[in-house]
Amino acid sequence: MKEKIRIGCGAGFSGDRIEPALILTEKGSLDYLVLECLAERTIALAQKRKLQNPEFGYDVLLEKRLKDLLPLLLQYKTRLVTNMGAANPIVGAKRIIELAKSQNLSIKVAAVIGDDVLDFISGEEHSLENIRPVQSEGKLLSANAYLGVEAILPALASDADIIITGRVADPSLFLAPMIYEFGWGLDQFELLGKGIVLGHLLECAGQLTGGYFADPVSKPIPGLDQLGHPFVDVFPDGRGIISKVEGTGGVISQRIAKEQLLYEVLDPHHYITPDVVADFSTVQFEEIAFDQLQVTGGGGIERPEKYKVSVGYEAGFKGEGEISYAGSHAVERARLAGEIIEKRIKGLVPNLRVDLIGLNSLHPNDLSKNSNPYEVRLRVAGMCKTLEQAQLIGEEVEALYTNGPAGGGGARKMVTQVVGVVSTLLDRNQIKPDFQLLST
Amino acid sequence: MKKLVDIAHSRAGDKGNILVLSLIPFDSKDFDWLVQNITADRVKSHLKGQIKGNVTRYVLPSIHALQFTCEDALAGGVTTSLALDAHGKSLSYALLEMEI
Repeated sequence: MKEKIRIGCGAGFSGDRIEPALILTEKGSLDYLVLECLAERTIALAQKRKLQNPEFGYDVLLEKRLKDLLPLLLQYKTRLVTNMGAANPIVGAKRIIELAKSQNLSIKVAAVIGDDVLDFISGEEHSLENIRPVQSEGKLLSANAYLGVEAILPALASDADIIITGRVADPSLFLAPMIYEFGWGLDQFELLGKGIVLGHLLECAGQLTGGYFADPVSKPIPGLDQLGHPFVDVFPDGRGIISKVEGTGGVISQRIAKEQLLYEVLDPHHYITPDVVADFSTVQFEEIAFDQLQVTGGGGIERPEKYKVSVGYEAGFKGEGEISYAGSHAVERARLAGEIIEKRIKGLVPNLRVDLIGLNSLHPNDLSKNSNPYEVRLRVAGMCKTLEQAQLIGEEVEALYTNGPAGGGGARKMVTQVVGVVSTLLDRNQIKPDFQLLST
Repeated sequence: MKKLVDIAHSRAGDKGNILVLSLIPFDSKDFDWLVQNITADRVKSHLKGQIKGNVTRYVLPSIHALQFTCEDALAGGVTTSLALDAHGKSLSYALLEMEI
């Protein structure tokens, strides 16, 4: 058994920067690199692309992310674990093989499958959000179960250089290599909980090194323009030491780690994953050296009986329009413009939302009541059943140029096809994870 | 008048239509004061235009932090919300506007 393993996180969301993963792999002495690129909505959108063309549906940035990374992964003997397979891990794996061939590299890729459970969903299942049957929300597009380490471990036991998955619980991407290397039992919930703590801390990449934290007045962070992504040295007892590549921007500190430990956590005593219900309340941080943070404590109890399933459905079209006003009476003119739009189209789009960007678009009204900005931007948004209705919103805002208050400038309009997401639960025995090994 | 932003920092996260706000004192000596004064009710009332549901507070002495889990607080949640900031990511600084 190894005395420790080092896992880096080179991407924390689908749109993350590409360079930090290259730096981590080249200079981080990693055993494993994780790229976490899949959100609830991202996979539903990927399912849509796959429906239109079965050769798509994997992460749209896959080729861009891996082109320069592949040779580094082989040179530095770092295994990659990523959920960039999205809705189509097998085709994603094929693309990686093609990319390797074009660079005369020899690799093996394991594609983890089994998370796509649309065929097993009747539509009558109740959603966790509002107890209604999931199909009452709209036409179902996708259903993906959050798989755990059991889906990843067989692929790790193969000689694959790269493991590409679809929907897997984010921290399980990190926990699986720990279990594989240290031989932890799937019923050693205390250890699994500690591993989930480390995975959860790392999974948002730059959010652990000072991104989404920095405030030049109260929480300054140096070198944000070249923000490095984190890695963790994990020990067989579940302890971890978090750090980053020397010379990269950002900071490793307790303060940042505390914010990230609680990020998106509904109940810190019971963080539910497919592998363990982790307890974050006993975690302790200690800054043991410059840019080195030790993580101890944490634990867990038995995993939940069922898998969580994320269900995507067609939710219609969102129409938006924006136009700006500045100088004296800017707020009054923008308010008048909003009232005009409401009167013109409220009959067609009943759920219209009207905001003044610069005044009240982000926070509740009460917090900006004493503010008098020099310029504001009217924003009108509405959810519509058809594309035409959604287009009307932006068209009416644009028409304020010549049919609205004085001095309106910089109008823009947008329409987005909306995929909604609800969750439900599925029995474990209905889901059979597997993997396919592809080689150059 | 002092605000929370003078003594604490916060990060906002979302899960569906649920908003999660952490509250962490810059100086751990202020932790007990936060525990005594920044209750779930006070957070709900401060963000009453935003939070329509229950607020649950978790106290975490091992890292000197508070966590507020706010239900029905994101206009339906990120996928179907009409809000400009559909995740509610900017709302950490709405919490920190609270006068103390």
